[in-house]
Amino acid sequence: MKINGNDVTLDAEPRTLLVNFIRENAGLTGTHWGCDTSNCGTCVVLIDGKPVKSCTQLAAMAGGHEVTTVEGLATADGLDSVQEGFIQCHGLQCGFCTPGMMLTARALLNKNPDPTEEVIREAISGQICRCTGYATIVRSIQWAASKDRETAVSLEGANA
Amino acid sequence: MTVTEDANQIPTPENNLNDHKPVGFGRMLRKEDARLVRGQGQFCDDIVLPGMLHLAILRSPFAHAKILSIDTSAAEAHPKVTAVVTGAMLAEHNLAWMPTLSNDVQAVLATDKVRFQHQEVAFVVAEDRYSARDALELIDVEYEMLEPVIDVRKAMAPDAPIIRTDLEGKTDNHCFTWETGDKDATQAVFDAAEVVVKQEIVYPRVHPAPMETCACVADLNPVSGKLTLWSTTQAPHAHRTVYALVAGLPEHKIQIIAPDIGGGFGGKVPIYPGYVCSIVASLLIGKPVKWTEDRTENLVSTGFARDYVMVGEIAATKEGKIQAIRTNVLADHGAFNGVASPIKYPAGFFGVFTGSYDIDAAYCHMDAVFTNKAPGGVAYACSFRITEAVYLVERMVDVLAYDLKMDPAELRLKNFIRSDQFPYETKTGWVYDSGNYEPAMRKAMAMAGYDQLRQEQAEKRERGELMGIGVSFFTEAVGAGPRKDMDILGLGMADGCELRIHPTGKAVVRISVKTQGQGHETTFAQIIAEEIGIPPDDIEVFQGDTDNTPFGLGTYGSRSTPVSGAAAALVARKVRDKAQIIASGMLEVSVTDLQWDKGAFSVKGDPSKSVTIQDIAMRAHGAGDLPDGIEGGLEAQICYNPSNLTYPFGAYICVVDVDPGTAEVKVRRFVAVDDCGTQINPMIIEGQVHGGLTDGVGMALMQMISFDEDGNCLAGSLMDYLIPTAMEVPDWETGHTVTPSPHHPIGAKGIGESATVGSPPAVVNAVVDALQPYGVRHADMPLTPSRVWEAMQGNATPPI
Repeated sequence: MKINGNDVTLDAEPRTLLVNFIRENAGLTGTHWGCDTSNCGTCVVLIDGKPVKSCTQLAAMAGGHEVTTVEGLATADGLDSVQEGFIQCHGLQCGFCTPGMMLTARALLNKNPDPTEEVIREAISGQICRCTGYATIVRSIQWAASKDRETAVSLEGANA
Repeated sequence: MTVTEDANQIPTPENNLNDHKPVGFGRMLRKEDARLVRGQGQFCDDIVLPGMLHLAILRSPFAHAKILSIDTSAAEAHPKVTAVVTGAMLAEHNLAWMPTLSNDVQAVLATDKVRFQHQEVAFVVAEDRYSARDALELIDVEYEMLEPVIDVRKAMAPDAPIIRTDLEGKTDNHCFTWETGDKDATQAVFDAAEVVVKQEIVYPRVHPAPMETCACVADLNPVSGKLTLWSTTQAPHAHRTVYALVAGLPEHKIQIIAPDIGGGFGGKVPIYPGYVCSIVASLLIGKPVKWTEDRTENLVSTGFARDYVMVGEIAATKEGKIQAIRTNVLADHGAFNGVASPIKYPAGFFGVFTGSYDIDAAYCHMDAVFTNKAPGGVAYACSFRITEAVYLVERMVDVLAYDLKMDPAELRLKNFIRSDQFPYETKTGWVYDSGNYEPAMRKAMAMAGYDQLRQEQAEKRERGELMGIGVSFFTEAVGAGPRKDMDILGLGMADGCELRIHPTGKAVVRISVKTQGQGHETTFAQIIAEEIGIPPDDIEVFQGDTDNTPFGLGTYGSRSTPVSGAAAALVARKVRDKAQIIASGMLEVSVTDLQWDKGAFSVKGDPSKSVTIQDIAMRAHGAGDLPDGIEGGLEAQICYNPSNLTYPFGAYICVVDVDPGTAEVKVRRFVAVDDCGTQINPMIIEGQVHGGLTDGVGMALMQMISFDEDGNCLAGSLMDYLIPTAMEVPDWETGHTVTPSPHHPIGAKGIGESATVGSPPAVVNAVVDALQPYGVRHADMPLTPSRVWEAMQGNATPPI
């Protein structure tokens, strides 16, 4: 599979869950594990751009696919706007659910650049945060959406 | 003085709200976020050491059963298993039992019998996580079933089976009896009262369920004899001392490191058997050993919270003046008394059950009992049982309002302790440091549009719609505490702080408390910055490593800012005092001729003559002369012993809609006005409040750790133990007033648990208010649709 654009080919037991493969075999500990039962969503990664709870998949099922983890959000140009939004709007406290929340947010904004509060809440409703009470996470994603739209406008301006 | 300000602004990429960089108090983005948003935090389970093995724990399937035999041979034969250890093996080394933080004992691994479902029975150490779990399946334990004690109301029945047969001479399941207040004086007020209301109120067993479960990596170096333990602990220094006492290891050879913690909420204060097993395993094998709980283990075996059956009574006049409050409590402590609270306070700070009201008399009697359930009792952001106390009094005030047909907000306003009565000593002996309750209540009512809401409610009731408005007002007691009264296992609850200013004026501060998400790296840098004028970005905060921080009791009970925050302010002042003497030498004036302008000393009357703290730091470390008797360097250490607790307060208003057809409750709005004294970082404070409000909605409407009659825990996964998602909670409306603490160096009171304490009664009061057309006077949490439906049918039953 590709993780964050890098080819990763490693041996693993057939029963290895993707979350354990990412954390232990690939050594990317930014993806967290929280429940075993697909309820908490702290293990969310993107597979081919779609948010997936990595504890619900076997590592082998991700073979041939593109996996994005929190380590793949920032680029050489700097932080992803979602990461910036979480910092600016206090969208994290302990930071444990944050990687999964940010990846879901990234996938949402790629699909819908101007989501309403209701749409944002629904998008993150499969994930639990025990610290923030969600309002600041919603604001963080709105902040990122606003930043993305600004960037898009300035890019259009530059191209015109 | 009370200052009121408007609710928080929301940052956008356009409004530059975060551009201001305070040197001291004010909104400031968090220093810790840079690593956490990049996935570069280091949590316990992220730690990998060379040669590290994995530990997994075998747990009892039964709540009460005698262990007849354990056959570990098949597990030992597993090719990847290094060791299998039972309680009998630990007993040979006198390690089968450990002390709890309440001076009781708890089995590390059961030897004689199991006393709750999922109790620790044996552990396996293997080369990898999966193999360790596989091998658990290969251990064969033969049990003889015993009758369990599950119903707390029957725990003291004469024929109840005895759980604590390990305690010599134990003939019942009594844990302790505790009382506070004046029984006779209270009885006299009740005898003469015009109105008496009485109600049984249950605060069910809940669990903090942080996103990160408990975990540790134990590395006992066989050569040096030094134990390094990376552990999910909110109290690393206290843990070090307890491990020294339990395991007989010399304390200077124990280093506890609490790395990033994925939420604690009180659940990571106790020492759990898993930590001790890991230390023993590393000692036995000579290699590092990792243990990470799974979610079920976390929910069913680590510190539960609440579990109080309370009968409340209020005596009042017909006009609604509250005269006395009395309560009788039955407390379920589970199989071992594992409560983590100051040792002289077996019921925590439940004694503040008189709330925010000026009354004539109060009395509480409490019986605590053992049952065949997991131990715990103080966890989940409860401020040492103030959640239970506030829920009792705030529910009872609403019951009084119901019986007197009075508005619950007006009833509270009529009974508040007045601002000129502070410091106010309650009838149970607590001295509230400062308060100004009425403005906070009126602000919350104004923000909510209270009168309009009541009007809307009346109109909706005409149409058969169920809308409820719930009010609560709380006073907390946090910042434990004065060492003459408060200790945990003999360790005084004071906290140390060390500050070093480097030659170039950058600073390092070492604190004894430990963040689990509260943002200590930012808040403590701001406290130092406020006091000594060095920008927060130039101040590094060290925490969580016992080898590199001064002794102190850790972060829980909202004590970091009230205790450690005071230590930080005072150590900075100590350094500033020395800096002033050095400055006087540099400017060649007397110390008294200098004035301090956050970051620089200048000569009074001639501000052009000044030296900055950075100049002074260089001089302190430089080759030049220093005033007579002044040593080089610019650093100090103190240990702060608080003279009193601090008493934050707040007014909460919740608006709910209940579907008359499905009994589903929707929280439409929630207004929270908090007063935590001086605010250090309003952004962090707002975040703490939001999180606590969400906990409150969860407890009021969704969460409960329940058991069947055999003692099987029915809430062992996040499918059964429901936690609010973004869909169940509204966008919070927060405001604040500021009433500084008079005895705290910066006037700060603590905020970490206010909302968890104050919000459950607001939500329940709102639901009961919505059900008034059905004649509902009280209904117990959790107010799930089925329980609300029962209440609507007149069949409200307690959850336990």
